[in-house]
Amino acid sequence: MMNDIKMLTQGLANLEVFAATLESLATVDRNITVVTSDSRGSGKLTPFGQQFPKQIIEVGIAEQNLVGVAAGLASAGKKVFAVSPACFLTARALEQIKNDVAYSDNAVVLVGISAGVSYGALGTTHHSLHDYAVLRAINNLIVVAPADNFETEQAIRQAAALNKPIYLRFGKKNMPLDIAKRYTDDTDIPPQVNTDLLNEIRENLCFADISGGRQVSSVSQNFQFGKGRIVREGSGITFIGTGETVLPAFEAAEKLATEHGIQAKVVSMHTIKPLDYELIKAIASEGKPIITIEEHMINGGLGEATASFLMQNGFRNSFKIMGIPDEYTVTGSQNEIFNHYGLSKEGISKVALNLLK
Amino acid sequence: MDLILKSREYRKKILKYIYKAKAGHTGGSLSCIDILNVLYNDTMNVNPENFKSPDRDRYIQSKGHCVEALFVVLADKGFFPETDLETLCQYQSHYIGHPTRKVNGVEQNTGALGHGLPISVGTALAAKMDEKSYRVFTLLGDGELPEGSNWEAFLSASHYKLDNLCAILDYNKLQITGKNADVLNTEPIADKLKSFGWAVREVDGNDTHKLKEIFDQLPFEAGKPSFVIAHTIKGKGVSYMENQIKWHHGVPTVEQYELAISELS
Ligand SMILES: Cc1ncc(C[n+]2csc(CCOP(=O)(O)OP(=O)(O)O)c2C)c(N)n1
Repeated sequence: MMNDIKMLTQGLANLEVFAATLESLATVDRNITVVTSDSRGSGKLTPFGQQFPKQIIEVGIAEQNLVGVAAGLASAGKKVFAVSPACFLTARALEQIKNDVAYSDNAVVLVGISAGVSYGALGTTHHSLHDYAVLRAINNLIVVAPADNFETEQAIRQAAALNKPIYLRFGKKNMPLDIAKRYTDDTDIPPQVNTDLLNEIRENLCFADISGGRQVSSVSQNFQFGKGRIVREGSGITFIGTGETVLPAFEAAEKLATEHGIQAKVVSMHTIKPLDYELIKAIASEGKPIITIEEHMINGGLGEATASFLMQNGFRNSFKIMGIPDEYTVTGSQNEIFNHYGLSKEGISKVALNLLK
Repeated sequence: MDLILKSREYRKKILKYIYKAKAGHTGGSLSCIDILNVLYNDTMNVNPENFKSPDRDRYIQSKGHCVEALFVVLADKGFFPETDLETLCQYQSHYIGHPTRKVNGVEQNTGALGHGLPISVGTALAAKMDEKSYRVFTLLGDGELPEGSNWEAFLSASHYKLDNLCAILDYNKLQITGKNADVLNTEPIADKLKSFGWAVREVDGNDTHKLKEIFDQLPFEAGKPSFVIAHTIKGKGVSYMENQIKWHHGVPTVEQYELAISELS
């Protein structure tokens, strides 16, 4: 008999997958250029720097210059990844992002690392809880927060090919290999993920469809910018997460199923802008409650973008925005901050049960 | 207590609390501690009693990541009980990995580099506007010099003739990725600052007596802001940490911790 306990495969930090994917791309494309601001270590790019010394530019601790220089490089035909902690990149260099990248249409891939509250007890200076809000208010910029290793690898490969201004946001914590793929005891669980995975990515073997064996094709139909990804089916309630909140949303869904027999749909809304209105419309039409969950202040992020669409299109689903409230952020590790504000299995399922009352 | 002994005690405490918290910026805290020691125990007119007074001297730490050095000195000065530091970086503690005004004695919230100097210029400018005699001291990291905001502030400080402002560069020549000279060269720093209208002095920044002599000469020139290039060693005082980039934010193991304490005793 099939064991119905489904398991996620523990993967690596999205940040590590990002760096390995860039190495794979740089091997075949000498135009791939990384720009850093004393951030190569935190971006896991030390091996990249050793392997491709001519494809990495260091500007020192100067994020405004980082983005300006990246825009210039892009205008001259380089495929530029500007890599810096999300907090500094999207606050310090905001005007460069707005004018030199988005407005001037220079195809820079802005990579915000250690995003959200990944830096934990380093405090508010190091948190980026404003980036969705400020970047959503800038025309001609795609805003993406991949949830798992699969989405990360796809986002990097597709961003490199896109030739448009785009912002990608990564955390530091280990994430599942692919939240949409779960394995029972007696199915073929992919090999425990370790650094071999990084080597495979470096060798250009994408794990786009891992359950069906590794594929050499580098682009998966299951990931497209602007198209949310349903990672768990369910018709009782919908959780829309993004980035590192998709995992607790998924865990909350499993908890509700086991303890209350409620099936929650879970969406990885990896692209915050342009938002997948088609998918939100389909979900809202089911008439069930919707909860958005983000590692961002509740002002101006995924939740408010979703609410705005629902309101203006006549949907009256019961609805809740979960995120970091507009207050002096509690101090602690990323986990402690998540738990404090209910961005956890317990917190999300509690809010869900309340909405379903 | 003699300044040299104090520095040694401070170094041990920096290591103690980083070791306990399992987090912290070790190398840079050890490089700048002698500067904080002299400022707080000799040069500056600031203490828990006058901290609310508008006439106190101000210390603003632009290289906020080296908060352990600041917290240890503030505790020693009596701004808060040292036992508070047992909660460093813990859930709901105000003692986080960067200076915040939730902690008594901290003037400004820093942590994003390149912010301390512009704020200091504003504070020094207010003293001039109000004809007050307090002074403003700012500690800069050498890695943060490339931030454009510093150079904007260098311009405004000399333009407004802020001889009540003293910026001290903790010149340990290293940042996260490597040597400043390899990451982004900022030399010749003294010439640049002079051409920006500052009065510049250089000193051994790990020698408390030489630091005291230099700070006793402030302002170096009437009508000009003062810039001290303090040549320091990152990780100073612990043999295996000195000049090693891996100790930028390294946490010692128990053996390493004990070795460090014995070297400092
Ligand atoms: C605006 C900004 N960019 C990047 C960082 C991340 N960061 C923290 S410390 C550091 C290196 C600082 O080097 P330096 O100023 O030389 O400090 P020290 O070596 O004295 O510790 C960096 C890049 C930051 N805190 N703020």
